[in-house]
Amino acid sequence: MNARRSSFPLTFYYFALILLLYMPIALLFLFSVNTSVSLSFPIKQLTFDWYRKLFEADAVLRAARNSLFVALGSSFAATLLGTMVSILMLRYKFRGQNILVALAVLPLIVPYVVLGVALLLLFSVLQIDRSLWTVGIAHTVVALPYTLLIIASRLAGFDANLEEAAMDLGADYPTTLRRVVLPLIFPAMVSAWLTAFTVSFDEFALALFLAGTQPTFPVYLFSQLRFANRLPIMVALAVLMMIGTLTLVFLAERFRRRDV
Amino acid sequence: MTSPFPSLPLKKGEGVRRSGGGWGLDRRATFWFIYLPPLIWLSLFFVLPVLLMAAFSFRPDMRGDFLQLWTPTLDQYASVAAVGSYWRLLGISALTALGIGISAVALAYPLAYFLALRAGPRAGFYLILLLVPFWTSYLLRIMAWKILLGTEGVLNSLLIYIGIIQEPLTALLYNRTAVILTLIYVWIPFAALPILAALQRIDPILFEAASDLGARPFHQFTRITLPLSLPGVFAAFFMVFIPTVGEYVTPLLVGGSRGFLYGNIIQDFFTKAANWPLGSALSMIMLTATLILVAFATRLIDLRQLFE
Repeated sequence: MNARRSSFPLTFYYFALILLLYMPIALLFLFSVNTSVSLSFPIKQLTFDWYRKLFEADAVLRAARNSLFVALGSSFAATLLGTMVSILMLRYKFRGQNILVALAVLPLIVPYVVLGVALLLLFSVLQIDRSLWTVGIAHTVVALPYTLLIIASRLAGFDANLEEAAMDLGADYPTTLRRVVLPLIFPAMVSAWLTAFTVSFDEFALALFLAGTQPTFPVYLFSQLRFANRLPIMVALAVLMMIGTLTLVFLAERFRRRDV
Repeated sequence: MTSPFPSLPLKKGEGVRRSGGGWGLDRRATFWFIYLPPLIWLSLFFVLPVLLMAAFSFRPDMRGDFLQLWTPTLDQYASVAAVGSYWRLLGISALTALGIGISAVALAYPLAYFLALRAGPRAGFYLILLLVPFWTSYLLRIMAWKILLGTEGVLNSLLIYIGIIQEPLTALLYNRTAVILTLIYVWIPFAALPILAALQRIDPILFEAASDLGARPFHQFTRITLPLSLPGVFAAFFMVFIPTVGEYVTPLLVGGSRGFLYGNIIQDFFTKAANWPLGSALSMIMLTATLILVAFATRLIDLRQLFE
C-alpha cells in the first residue's frame, strides 16, 4: 500500500512550511516579553511589563470590551437567523426559497470593501450615527453564511421523520421545533455561535468603515500601529487575544464534532 | 425549485398524517415567525444597501441632501472609463489575486496530500497544527510580517546584528511584492482545506487497483490522484482568489501607496476623497466582476461540496 512508501520529502515539506507559518507568531510572543520598545534584535531582557502596562491602558481595554460587546451581539443574532434559515431551507418548501438561501450565503462572496461602503451609505442616508451597533449589524450579515452552513449541515443529517413522529404523537409544530429539532441541532448552534463570535471579534475591513467614535479592538490596533512606543503593549494584548480566539475555536470544533 | 436536501422523505404506505393537525395552522404560523426576521434583516441590511449603492453610482455629484432625488446619469461610469489607472489597477488586482491564488494552491497541495495520504493516524493533530496560524487574528499576522520586514524590523536588525548588511534594506516592505508574499502566507492553510477534502474522498481501492495493474507512483498521481482532486483545487483557488480581489487591508498595512490594490481606491473615495458617487461606481464594477466570476466558478465546481 501507499502508506508504506517513503514520504520523507512530503513530511519535510510539511514541517518546513509549519515552521514558516509559525515564525511570525512566535516572534509576536518573543517581543511581548522583550524589554526593548523597538521590535528588533538583539533581544534585551525578559519582562512581563508590557502585560502589566496593558491592564493600566484604559483605551486598550475599552476597545477590547467594545469588540466583546459587538461579537456577543452579532454572533447571537447570526446564530438565531442562521437557525431560522436552516429550518426554512430544509423543512419547508415555498416560493422564493432559493432566493432567500442565496441571499443569506451571498455575503460570503461579496468583497468586504463593497459591503462596507454600501452599509456606510445606508446608515448615512438613514442618518444613523456610526456606532458599535452599525458594526454589529455588518458582522451579523457576514457571519450568517457561516452559521447557516454549520447548522444546516447538521439539520440535514437528521431524518424529518423524527418530527413527523412527534406530531403524530400530538405535538404541534412549535412544540416539535422546541422539543425535537432544537435539541438535535443545539451542538451545531453552539459551534455556529462560537464561529460567528470569532469572525466578528477579528473583523477589521468592515469595522473600519462602520465604527464611529468607539473603536473595536482591530480598529484600535490599526490606529495605534503608527505609534512605535505603544507597539509592545499592542503585541501583548494581541497575544492574549490569540490565546482567547484559539480557545474558542477549539471549543467550536469540539461542539461541531460531537455526536448525539 | 427544490432544496438540495430531501425534505420529509415519506415512503409509500407509511402511515403518516400529511394534512390536518400537525401540518395545519401552527406550521404555517411558525413559517411566518421564522421567515420574516431573516427576510427583513437581509432586505434591510444586505439588499437595500447594495441597491442604494447602485443608485448612488448614477448620481452626478455629492451636492445636496442624501435623500434628495437626482437625475440618473452615467457620468461616474464615464469618468471611471476615462481614467486608465482605475482599469489598470483593476487588472493588476485581478492578476495579483490570480498569482496569489495559484501560488497558495500550489504550496498547499503537498500539505493536503501529506495530510490525506501520508500522515497516517496523526493526521488530525497535524491538521490542527496547520490551522492554528489561520485561526490567529488576521490583522495580527499581517502586523507580524510588518515587524518582520520593516526598516527597523526583525530581519533587518538580525542581518545588521550578525554583520551581513550595514544599512537596513528598505525594499522589503511597502510594495506590491510584500502584499503578495503576505497574502500567500495568510491563505496557505485555508487553501489546503478543500484540497484535503477532495483527496479524502478518493476511494483508496483505486490506488490498490492502479498498483496491481502496474502503475508507477508517478502515473498513479497524474492519472488518479490529481484528476480526482481537481474539484478541490478549483475550489481552493476561488476561495483564495475572490476575497483577494477585494482586499484593501493588507495593502494598507504592508503595501504602502506603491502596493495599493483596487479596493484601496474604493476606500479612498469613501473616506479621504469623499466622492461617494464615484466610489459607488467603482464598487459596482467590482461587485459585478466578482459575481460574474462566481457564476463561472459554480459552473466549474459544485460549491456545495465545500461545506461538507
